Amino acid sequence: MHKFANPAQFTRLANRVLPWTSFFAAICFIFGLYFSIFASPPDYQQGETVRIMYVHVPAAWMSLFTYTLMAVASASFLIWKHSLADIAARALAPVGASFTAITLITGALWGQPMWGTWWVWDARLTSVLILFFLYLGYMTLVNAFEDSEKGSKAGAVLALIGFVNIPIIKFSVDWWNTLHQPASLSRLDAPAIDPSMLVPLLLMALGFKLFLITILIIRMRTTLIEKRLQAKQLLKSG
Amino acid sequence: MTPARRRLTFIGLGFLSLVVASTLALTAFEDNLVFFYSPTDINEKSIIADRPIRIGGLVKDGSIVKSNDGITVRFEVTDLKYSIPAIYKGPLPDLFKENQGVVAEGQLTEGIFRAKTILAKHDENYMPKEVAESLRKTGKWKGTGKN
Repeated sequence: MHKFANPAQFTRLANRVLPWTSFFAAICFIFGLYFSIFASPPDYQQGETVRIMYVHVPAAWMSLFTYTLMAVASASFLIWKHSLADIAARALAPVGASFTAITLITGALWGQPMWGTWWVWDARLTSVLILFFLYLGYMTLVNAFEDSEKGSKAGAVLALIGFVNIPIIKFSVDWWNTLHQPASLSRLDAPAIDPSMLVPLLLMALGFKLFLITILIIRMRTTLIEKRLQAKQLLKSG
Repeated sequence: MTPARRRLTFIGLGFLSLVVASTLALTAFEDNLVFFYSPTDINEKSIIADRPIRIGGLVKDGSIVKSNDGITVRFEVTDLKYSIPAIYKGPLPDLFKENQGVVAEGQLTEGIFRAKTILAKHDENYMPKEVAESLRKTGKWKGTGKN
C-alpha cells in the first residue's frame, strides 16, 4: 500500500492499468446498454419503466462506493500524510457528486410514473440528498483556503464525519418505513431479480466501476502533472 | 507511540463517538423518521388522530370499491394484522392495485382515513411477466398485485 504512495510508482502503474480499464468499461457499457434497452424483458408490473433501474441502481451503488473510497483516502491522508491520498480524495469528489446527481435525477424520473411523485422526504431519498450536499461541501471546503494543505485537512475531516451517512443510506430502507423499496440484491430468497434483468444490471454496474477507476486515474495523473509544472515554474522564477 | 499511531487512535476514537452519537440520535427520533405509520402503529401506539399523517401497507384483497362518480374510491389499508378503511377522490397511480403496497396521505377521522394523496409503493421484485405467472402457478410465490 505504502509503495503506491510514491507518485512515480503510481504514474507507472496508472499508465499500465488505464488502457485496460477504459477498454473494458467501454465493452461493459456497450453490452450493458444493449441488454438494458433492447434485450431484456419488460417488468411484470412496471413494464418498460423498469429500464431506468439499469442506470439508477449502478449510479446509486457508485455514489456510496465513491464516498467510501473518499473517506478511506481522507483517513489515510490524515493518519499517514500521504499526499497521493489527498489527491485521490479530491479527484473522487466531483465524480461521486455526479453519480449522486444521476441517482437523484433518474430516481425522480422513475418515481413519477411508479409511485406517483417526483420526490418524497422519506429516509432513503433524504439521506441520499444529504450525500449529494456532503460531496458539494467537501469540494467547496478543500478549495476554500489559501493554503491548500489546510483545505485538504478540513475536507478530510468533513469526509470522515460524513461517512456516518453511508450506512444510514444503505440501511434506511430496513430501519424505517420508507416509500423506497428495500434492496433486491442482498436478499437470498427468490424471487428478487430475474436473471434476464440481473445480467444487464451487473454488466452496467461493472461498467460504472471500471469507468470510475479510469476517470480517477486520469484525474489523479492530471493533478500530478499540474503539481510538477508548478514546481518547475517555482524553480525557474526562484 | 509514533505520531501516525497517535493520529490513527485519535481518528478512530473520534469516529467511534460520532457513530455512538448518531445512533442515539437516530434511535431517539425513530418515530419521526418513519415515512408512514402502519395500521398496527395506529392501533397500538397512540398516534394523534387530528393531524395529517401518512399510513402505509397493502391494499387489502377485494377491498377496492369504485363509486359511480368514477373518481371516488374506497379501499382498506392492511398490514395483515389490522386494517384501516380509507376513502380517496382523485387520480390513482398505475401501481395502485389490490395486494400492492400503498402510502396514503391524509387524516384519520372517526375511524376512516380520508386520503388527500395516494402513492404506490412497489416491491423489490423484478421479473418478466411469464416468470411471475409461472411462479404463481407453481405456488412458489404468492406475488403482489394482480394484473
